[in-house]
Order: sequence, then structure tokens, then C-alpha cells
Amino acid sequence: MINDIGPIGAWIEPKSRLLDLGCGDGTLLRRLIDDYQVQGYGLEIDPNSINQCIQKGLNVIEQDLNKGLENFSDNSFDTVLMSQTLQALRHPHLVLDEMLRIGNRCIVTFPNFGHWQTRSFLAIRGRMPVTKQLAYQWYDTPNIHLFTYKDFEALCSERSIKILKRSFVGSQLLGLNSLCPSLFAKIAVYHLAK
Amino acid sequence: MSPDCSLSSSPDNLLGATVPQTAAINRPMDLVCGATLPSHSLVFETHGSLNKARSNAILICHALSGDHHVAGINTEGKVGWWDHYIGPGKAIDTTKFFVVCPNNIGSCFGSTGPTSNNPRTGKVYGDSFPSIQVRDWVESQKYLMDHLKIECWAAVIGGSLGGMQAMCWSLAYPDKLKHAVVIAAAMKLSAQNIAFNEIARRAIQSDIEFKEGHYLDYETSPTQGLALARMIGHLTYLSDDALHRKFGRLVHSGDLDTTEKELSEFEVASYLNYQGDKFSQRFDANSYILITKMLDHFDLSQNYNDNPAKVFVHAQCQFLVVSFSSDWRFSPLCSEQITDSLVSAGKAVSYIKIETDQGHDAFLLPNSRYQKAVSLYLSRVSNELEEISL
Repeated sequence: MINDIGPIGAWIEPKSRLLDLGCGDGTLLRRLIDDYQVQGYGLEIDPNSINQCIQKGLNVIEQDLNKGLENFSDNSFDTVLMSQTLQALRHPHLVLDEMLRIGNRCIVTFPNFGHWQTRSFLAIRGRMPVTKQLAYQWYDTPNIHLFTYKDFEALCSERSIKILKRSFVGSQLLGLNSLCPSLFAKIAVYHLAK
Repeated sequence: MSPDCSLSSSPDNLLGATVPQTAAINRPMDLVCGATLPSHSLVFETHGSLNKARSNAILICHALSGDHHVAGINTEGKVGWWDHYIGPGKAIDTTKFFVVCPNNIGSCFGSTGPTSNNPRTGKVYGDSFPSIQVRDWVESQKYLMDHLKIECWAAVIGGSLGGMQAMCWSLAYPDKLKHAVVIAAAMKLSAQNIAFNEIARRAIQSDIEFKEGHYLDYETSPTQGLALARMIGHLTYLSDDALHRKFGRLVHSGDLDTTEKELSEFEVASYLNYQGDKFSQRFDANSYILITKMLDHFDLSQNYNDNPAKVFVHAQCQFLVVSFSSDWRFSPLCSEQITDSLVSAGKAVSYIKIETDQGHDAFLLPNSRYQKAVSLYLSRVSNELEEISL
């Protein structure tokens, strides 16, 4: 989870309609409601996370993202947000299309699998990386589609998805993060449009 | 559409003895059908106490066969139908909330209904009791609200037909409730649902003792028809899995291995017969016909060009919508339609789908996730009340 909402805040219009796909315990959604007075709804599937959202006074809707989002009409939200969930979906590319159908703008964040720590884990140890961002063994990980930010941009280009802005979260040291995100970005954050 | 709810004694019952009260509404009430009830009375039960600001009242709406006895133990020693959820420290916490549950008009547990006397004729209403709609129940509950000098409900809560009342409240009196908890309900009944209700009515009407609805004049009762109606209804409130788990092919009496096996009775048959017979002793046939018709005719989006997205535009309260995975009478899809309509209208809503094999009946039964979620949601409601009073 991103505790610091980073660039996301700047991309969200105050008082706009926001749909958060896979909102988890609602920390980010709560923050966006408090700071930007958005009219927010979160979709979540885990009962404990749903309870925590209810406790936080959030609008949380139990829905499995893998079963589609047909119940939401075209352009019914200003922003559709998905934080750290894309890599756990069965068909990430189809959900991305759906997000862009439902929202005027989309915000997607995901762990960059090309980060030097994951690369070296695999290169040196010869094992699937287990890191802070991807803290699971290969056999029980919910992260079934691992990709780098370059993979993501290739997908956007294939599907004619416009990248309005991008931002990287990672090592602040010497600005390595923005100099060479491929190696140093832990988390990539994208602002997208059709 | 609550099934018979005489739960066996509840060991964690903390409310103790409850005594119902009666509100006499001596003003005429215009019904949706155009008829007028010259006066009516409502029997109701309360739990907990009303705070100084009179802001902590929760209205509980019963379903098809429910009554006002919602929690605690009544004078007959019977535990209330939602005692698992109402009491000190329970999901609907009576140390925080003042819980009000009336028996609705048209029913048969003391409030004005087909078994009451018509003041205009001095005779029992019987089948001449005017047809009623969910909106009429809400109107009558509004009289009770005024009677109790409650300005605004902290929440209106109901399962099945009770959930329909909660939704109806949010549109009929948008500023008179802060929250609506809509459990295992639907914006309208499906063809299958209406069909089951029609079979139930036909069962009653086919009983020779029904006497075209005038059975009270003949001092008789169509108990066979009513029992059959209930057996059909009760079966639809359960899931195939739950029936299999509870009964399977267990034999209640007789022996399947003998030559007289056709004389034996399966456990499930014995259970259903028992439920039917018990129900036919406590419920009025005209009430059953009246209220099942009320269910059939309920259609929340009717006045909005059948456009569910438009329905909740005028609602002001916040919503919690709950469904049960194995409920095939009011399936999760029905609750999801309610939720989607609320989202389209930009209203505050949370929705949970409880995994259970207990079918529609689940809304009455203990379930840790369901209890926890309702409890957390109502803690929020109670915290809001505290914030306002500070």
C-alpha cells in the first residue's frame, strides 16, 4: 500500500466521483475523501477489509473484479482508481479497458517487477523474488501477473490508452528513481485516459 | 417473508420479559388503493430507552409472517424472531438504541387486520379488509413514530419484505431516517416469486373451509390450505444444500429396509408438515393472501419509468445492503440491483454478500460475519449520534 498518496492527489478533482477498485482496508479512499471531499465508492472482496471500510465510514461494495464491472455504466465516474491490484487480476488488460469505459480518467498503481532488488533476487539466487512489495512465495501469491513498468507502457500503446502522467515511487537517493525508473522504481503510478 | 420464527430458547437472551404496547390511531388513514381505514391500532414492542434528544430510535420492519415480538421473551415464553440480533451488546445494541417493532396492519397479531372488527359495520373485516401496499405500512409506522414523538429514526432496518419497507421509508419520508439497512430484499418480485405466492394463495383458497374468505363467520379456518401454503413458502426459504445437510434422507418414522417402507416418513417431510401445521395455528388465511399480494405488487421503480437508476434520487439517508449467497427467493442479484441503483443516484451505500447455505432464512439466523458487519455499521450510526450531541 502507498501510505503517501504521492502524485495521486494532484490528479483528483475535489468533490468529483471516484471509484476505487480493490480498495483494501480503505486507507487510501478515506484519505482522498478527507482531503478532496470526493464522492467515493470502494470495491472489495475480502470480508475483513470490507469490515474495516465499514468502520471507517466508507461506501464499500462487495464485488469480485474478476467477474466484471458491467453493473457500472459508461463514464459514470470522474476517476476510476486501482492501487496495487492490477497484478492480482485474472485478465488485467480487460479490467483496464473496463476502467476506461467507466471513468473519464483512470489512476493505476502497481509494483515494478523490474526493480533491481527483484532482478537480482532472480538473477543471483535463481529464485522467484520475495520482497517487501511482493511478499509471497510463488505458489501462494495473489500476484499472478507480474510485469515491469515498460511492459505496462507497451500494453497501453497496444490498446491506445493515453498516458497523461506517470510517477515513480522508490529510492530518493540521487534521484535514481526518476533517472532510471526501470531499475529503481518500486511502485509505478499512472494517470490514464482513453 | 419471514419464516416461522419461534426459535428455540436462546441461551444468550439478555432482554428478559417483554410486554407489547398498543397505539390507537383514531384518525382515518387513506390507503393507496383508495379505501380509508377509519381508525386502526398498532401493537408494538420496544427495547432499550429513548435518549434525551429522541434521536436513537431504530424501527425494525417485520416480513410476511413476522410480528411485533422481535426480541426478549414474551408472556408465552416465546423468544422474539430477531433475538439473535437485538439486545445489550448484540448487533443492534439496546444499550445504545431504542428499538421499536410494530406488528403491521393487515397482519394478525393484534394490529388492525382482517380478524379485527370493522368499526363501520361492527362485523369482522375478513376478506373485506382493503388491499394494502408497502407504502401503507410505512404510513401507519409514521403514525406510530408521531405517537412516540420521534422526529427522525436513527435507522430503519428490515429483512425481506422488511427491507422493502426500509427502502420505501427512504423515499416516502427522506428526512425522517438517517440510515436504512436493507437485508435480503428486492426492488420488485420476480415472476418466479409471484408464482410461488400464487400457489400459496391457491392452496388456501382451495381449502373447503376457506368459504371464499368468510371462514370466520362460519367459525372455521382453512388450516389445511394455510399449512400447505406455508410448506411451499418455507421450502423456498431454504437452500438445497441446507436441506441436505439438515435432513438428507434421514427417516423420521418407520424403516426403509422393511416391506412396509412406504409407511415410513422422511425427516424432511415430518419437518415441513410440522412447520405447516404450527403456522396454520398462528396465522390468519386472509392476512396471508393480503400480504402476499402486497409483496407481488411492490415495485419501487414503477413511478420512475421503470428506471432503477432514477429510483433513489430523492433518498437522503445512508444505506447498508445485505444479501445471502444461497438465497434463491431474493437472490444476491436483487440486492446488487438495489446497490447499483443507489450508486447511480450518488447515494451513500455499502453492500455485503454473506456466504451461507441457509438460503433466504439466513437473514434471521446467527452468522458471525453478518452479525459483525451489522454491528460495525450500527456503531457508526451510534457514533454519528454522539457527534451530533457534542
